[in-house]
Amino acid sequence: MTTQAQRAEMNLAGRSAGWRIVARKEFADHVSSARFMVLLLVLGAAAIVPLYFASDTIRSVASQVTDTREAFLALFLVSPSSVPIPNVFNFVGIVAPLLGVAFAFDAINSERTDGTLPRLLSQPIYRDDVVNGKFAAGLAAITLVLLAVVGVISGFGIVRLGIVPSADEVVRLLAWLVLTVLWVSLWLAFGLLLSVAIRRAATAALVGFGVWLLVAIFGQLIISLVAGILAPVANAGSLEEALSLTALSAAIARILPLTLYQEASAVLLNPTVTTVSTPTTVGQWQQWQQQAQGQLLSFDQSALLVWPHIVALVALTAISFAAAYVMFMRQEVRA
Amino acid sequence: MGAPIRTRALTKRYGDLVAVDVLDLEVRSGEIFGLLGQNGAGKTTTILMLLGLTEPSGGTARVVGFDPARRPLQVKRHVGYLPDAVGFYGDLTGRDNLRYTGRLNGLARDEIEAKIDHVLEQVGLSSRADTPTDTYSRGMLQRLGIADALIKDPDVLILDEPTTSIDPIGVVEILDLLRSLRRDRGMTILLSSHLLGQVQSVCDRVGIFAAGRLIGIGTVAELAERFGDGAAHIEVTFARDQDTEGAPDARASLAAIEHVSTVEQDAATSSWHVSVRPIDQSGAVREAILRAAVEQGLRLTSLRVLEPSLDDIYRTAVAGMSVASVTTEVGA
Repeated sequence: MTTQAQRAEMNLAGRSAGWRIVARKEFADHVSSARFMVLLLVLGAAAIVPLYFASDTIRSVASQVTDTREAFLALFLVSPSSVPIPNVFNFVGIVAPLLGVAFAFDAINSERTDGTLPRLLSQPIYRDDVVNGKFAAGLAAITLVLLAVVGVISGFGIVRLGIVPSADEVVRLLAWLVLTVLWVSLWLAFGLLLSVAIRRAATAALVGFGVWLLVAIFGQLIISLVAGILAPVANAGSLEEALSLTALSAAIARILPLTLYQEASAVLLNPTVTTVSTPTTVGQWQQWQQQAQGQLLSFDQSALLVWPHIVALVALTAISFAAAYVMFMRQEVRA
Repeated sequence: MGAPIRTRALTKRYGDLVAVDVLDLEVRSGEIFGLLGQNGAGKTTTILMLLGLTEPSGGTARVVGFDPARRPLQVKRHVGYLPDAVGFYGDLTGRDNLRYTGRLNGLARDEIEAKIDHVLEQVGLSSRADTPTDTYSRGMLQRLGIADALIKDPDVLILDEPTTSIDPIGVVEILDLLRSLRRDRGMTILLSSHLLGQVQSVCDRVGIFAAGRLIGIGTVAELAERFGDGAAHIEVTFARDQDTEGAPDARASLAAIEHVSTVEQDAATSSWHVSVRPIDQSGAVREAILRAAVEQGLRLTSLRVLEPSLDDIYRTAVAGMSVASVTTEVGA
């Protein structure tokens, strides 16, 4: 017979390990799942194909530029001129939401329909261990794939094109990876929320993909429409007015998290991008033009520039996750 | 330690619906207790509250010495639970599923493997342990569910409808397993069922649930006496060729036996239904029937005691309850 003290000790040990056990099982499931293979193939192709077509462009750019500091990052930025394919970071920006939703839309509701939820929750773990574990496992699986893709692109650049990254470029690339993981986790949290709120996995998937379509394709159309009505740049009488209207439409565009991610990516990957906001006065614009001439930002300057974007993305992720979490805590175990 | 499971005025409301209504229940250490009632009577809700999986609206529970609403982890550590319509991860094997449960219970690696072999042996699934649970039948899933509940070596086992969707031989095996767990481990077992006939042989005591209330508690015999019609029922069948000319004979000889109150013939099966009053004379009457059959040359083909069914007890109990509530209303 165990004593009370021993029981308490066992309890503490169980508490710290609960989410990790859930995460380990879920991760193993993910890695051996069909959707993981599909994701690996799609992202792999997305990395290799544009690279293949863009390599000529990159090579010519690299040979022209004596200072090769940006050449390595160009691997991620340059889009092929011969075929209409987006460059790597644009592609990831569009596909990452799909990944997040795909890895989380059935996290909770499938446990419910399979009848495994009551059994899982009757084990000595906290309810939050289930949500946390599943979130961590999804994130780990997607991060693994992203790392592989970035590794393949870098390897291609280093071996085939002979471009060796500088320390600053490595730091920028890592920062961009962190940003991308954050971007994915926003959608993972959203997928998790859907899996808690919608009982049928198929419906949750449809809603998730619907929202993705809205954000990735129609979102920008709608936003530009709205901006066109609220801030009609074409009707501007003076340059001052045109600038302020442009600033307003840029602010409206940032309602879409995709804009936040793409702007932040552009800044982090490209040291020549020195601003994310449009100038509001003519003087400012002239000043920025002068500054921007041939000047490269250091990494911390770039990071400072996109700090608000990152904070906004973190906040959105936290809100989605918290909503999923609270809803799950309040749900009845029985359907 | 006192009773492993005890509730005081435990209540659960879902809006206007009262699922469990001021329940006082005590399950004694080392007994097999049957929670009986029709679907929707509040059995599963009670079980979920005992495990801390749902919050009670009122009252308290104590399971293995802890309040499940406040210390659910302590309760879950010592209570094995088989949910109603249990499910498993279909792409994992039976063994993998059990291993996951073992890990969630914080067991050491080699301990888990030994436990898995042992519990699979107990439920008779060793030969299918390494096939995915997708391929299991409903009955096999049910047995794997029991194995899953036993992995943590619990002091208390709570089984929600353990015998539904299992074939008759499987039911006997499961009930034997429960008896041996009680005998060898001193395990306290609470099981719920809507089929009294299936589980009454294994239950030391049963509680009858109707509309969220416990309307009767005791041994099956006690309840039969209290809620039954006060008679034991015996079914007697004679060989078919004697039916036509032998029928009046059989009726007369059965009715002549002491303590037999009524004799009726079932038109469909042509077997005889004998009621015995008082209830405890059932054994003596059975002997007398055998003797009479031999003496009068009636060829007896079957003789069995009809157990009081849950339906019978239910009907009387619910009728009694409504009468009681009507009288109190009138009294007030």
